[in-house]
Amino acid sequence: MGKNLFNKVWDLHKVKTLSSGQDQLFISLHLIHEVTSPQAFGMLRTLGLKVACPEKTFATVDHIIPTDTTLRPFKDSLAEEMIVAIKQNCQENGIKYFSPESGDQGIVHVIGPEKGLSQPGMTIACGDSHTSTHGAFGAIAFGIGTSQVRDILATQTLALSRLKVRRINVNGSLKGGVYAKDLILHIIKILGVKGGIGFAYEYGGSAIEQMRMEERMTLCNMSIEGGARVGYVNPDQKTFAYLEGKPYAPKNWQKALEHWKSIASDENAEYDDIINIQAESINPTVTWGINPGQAIGINELIPAPEEVSEDDKGTLQEALEYMKLKAKQPIKGLKINVAFIGSCTNGRLSDFEEVAKYIKGFKVASGVRALIVPGSMEVKKEVEAKGLHKIFTEAGFEWREAGCSMCLAMNPDKLKGDEVCASSSNRNFKGRQGSPTGRTILMSPVMVAAAAIKGEIADAREVFSIE
Amino acid sequence: MALKKFEIIEGKGVSVKGNDIDTDRIIPARFMKCVTFEGLGQYTFYDVRFDENGKSTNHPLDLAKTANILISGANFGCGSSREHAPQALYHWGIRAVIAQSFAEIFFGNCITLGIPCLTLAMQELETLHDLIQKNPQVEIQIDLLQKQIKVADNIFNLEIPEQARLSLINGAWDSLGELLESKAQVEETKQRLNIS
Repeated sequence: MGKNLFNKVWDLHKVKTLSSGQDQLFISLHLIHEVTSPQAFGMLRTLGLKVACPEKTFATVDHIIPTDTTLRPFKDSLAEEMIVAIKQNCQENGIKYFSPESGDQGIVHVIGPEKGLSQPGMTIACGDSHTSTHGAFGAIAFGIGTSQVRDILATQTLALSRLKVRRINVNGSLKGGVYAKDLILHIIKILGVKGGIGFAYEYGGSAIEQMRMEERMTLCNMSIEGGARVGYVNPDQKTFAYLEGKPYAPKNWQKALEHWKSIASDENAEYDDIINIQAESINPTVTWGINPGQAIGINELIPAPEEVSEDDKGTLQEALEYMKLKAKQPIKGLKINVAFIGSCTNGRLSDFEEVAKYIKGFKVASGVRALIVPGSMEVKKEVEAKGLHKIFTEAGFEWREAGCSMCLAMNPDKLKGDEVCASSSNRNFKGRQGSPTGRTILMSPVMVAAAAIKGEIADAREVFSIE
Repeated sequence: MALKKFEIIEGKGVSVKGNDIDTDRIIPARFMKCVTFEGLGQYTFYDVRFDENGKSTNHPLDLAKTANILISGANFGCGSSREHAPQALYHWGIRAVIAQSFAEIFFGNCITLGIPCLTLAMQELETLHDLIQKNPQVEIQIDLLQKQIKVADNIFNLEIPEQARLSLINGAWDSLGELLESKAQVEETKQRLNIS
C-alpha cells in the first residue's frame, strides 16, 4: 500500500520521538496574531528564551481590529494595547509583521495564502483553530494553544501525537448555487461535530478537483467544526498556478514543484477510514441550531427530537430554545436582522465576485443591517479595482475595512439582543457574534446575499434564478 | 524544568451538564482582550453565570466555589483553540475535568497546563453527576496510577490516552523542556527540509 500526504509530511518533519511517546515535529511556518501570542512572548521573557526561527514566523492583526475606521488609537483601549504589543513583540524579535500601516494586514488565514507563505508539504501552525484553512495547499495545518505558540517560538517544534486519516471522496459535481460552504456544512452534518476527533480529513474526488483554491480553503477551514484538527487537499496544477509569482513563493520553482508533487498521496495510499459523498445530492445548506452540525438543506424542516440520535437529543432541545425555533418548522422564511459576508471562511475575492455577480440591481430589505468585510487589505484593493464595492454599496451593503469583524465579537461589530444574523462565518455557537442571546445562521455568501435581499432566510437559487 | 507529578487528584466536583460545550461558552471572546492570562478566572462561563442585566443565574460554578473538578458531557471544549478557556478554568480553581469526550485542541491545551482531562462512559458519568447533585460535598478521588475515579462507594474506570497519562504521572506534561534539548536534531531537520 502507498502512503498518504499526511504521513509523508509528518515523517519528513519528525525530529524525534519524545519520552511521552509523542513526536517532536518541526514546524515549517508559524503564523501569529494579536490575541493568542502576547502571552506566549511573555512566557518567553520569563524563561529568558529567544525566538528560534524568526524567519519562519509571520504576524498580523485581525481579531480585534475595527472595520469601520482605521483611526488610531482605537477607541477600545484593550484593543489598542494588543495591537501595540504585537508590533513591539515583532520588532524585538525580528519577525515580519503584516501591519495596517504597511497595507498588508488581513485575517491570518487570508494573508498566508495570499502572500504565497502557505505551501504544499509544509507543517503550518497558528494559535487559531481555523488554521486548517491552509490545508487547501496540501499542508498539514492546525490550530494550537498559546503554550504551544511559546513552544514554536522557542524551538520551532511541537510535541504532537500523529492523527489518523479519513479520506472523504466527493464524487460528481456540485449543482448551481451550491458551494464549498454548503459541502462542508453537509459533511459536518453527516459526520457530526465530534466525528473528526483524532482524524485529519483528506478531501478528494472530482468535485474537489474542480474547485478553485479559494473554495478548497473554505472547505478545509471548517474541518475543525467537524472535530478534525486538520483538513487538506492534495496539491495539483491549480495549487501550483495559484502560488506561482506570489511574493513568498519559492525562488527555486522547479525544485519546489518536484518536492510538492512527491508529497501528494500515492494512488494506492492507505487510509484509516473512507467516506463517499455524491456532490449532486447536496443543496444549499444552512444551520438552524447552536453548533455547525445542526444544519439542514434550505428546503428541509428543522428536525424533531425523535429524528436524532439519543446523544444529540439534549443539544437539539437546547438549540430550539436558544434559537426560539420549533421542531418541524421550515428554516426558509425566518426573518433576519443582520447579514454578514466575510471571515476567514468566506472573505476572499472569489466570494465577493460571486456575490457581486448576483446582487447587481437588487436592494437589501429594509430593516436589515448588511455588512461586507474583506478578508485582507489586498482583497479590498482587488475588489475595488474591479469596482465590485460599488455594486455592494448600491445594493445597501456597508463595505468595510479588513478584519475578522462579526465572526467572533472581539471588535465593535456585534449583534444586539436576540438578533438573527445570516452569516458566511464558521460558528453559530451561543453568543458567538457578541450578544449572549444573538442567533447565528451559517450559510454561503450567495445565500447570505439572498437573505439580505429578501429580509428572511431564502433559497438563493430562487432569488437569483440560478440554474 | 521540574514539574509536578500528578498521581492522585482529590477534591469536590461541580456538575456542568450538556454536550458540545464550546470554548466561546467557557470564555466569551470579548474577555480575551488581555496580554496575560492571570485575570481570566472571573470570566469563566460568564454568559451563563450572569444574565443580560449582570444578575447571577446561580450557576453550579457559583454554588460550588470550592469545587476543583469540573464534570460535563460529550465533546467538551470544542470550537476555538483559545488557551484562554483552560486558563480561565485554571484561574477559577479547576484542576481536573471529567467528561464523556473532549475536543482535541482543548485536551492538548489542558494537559500542557497540567489539568488532567479524564473520560468516563456515559452511564458512569451520569452516576457521577447524580452523586454531586445529591451531595455537593462528596469527595472525589482521581487516581491516575490505577486509572480509577473513586467517589462515595463507587469505583469508575477512567480513560485517558496513555501518552497524556504518562506525561502527567512523570511530571513531563509541559514538553518545552524536552523540546529545547534537541537543538542539533532540529537544525538537521530544518536543513533537510530547505527547498529554496
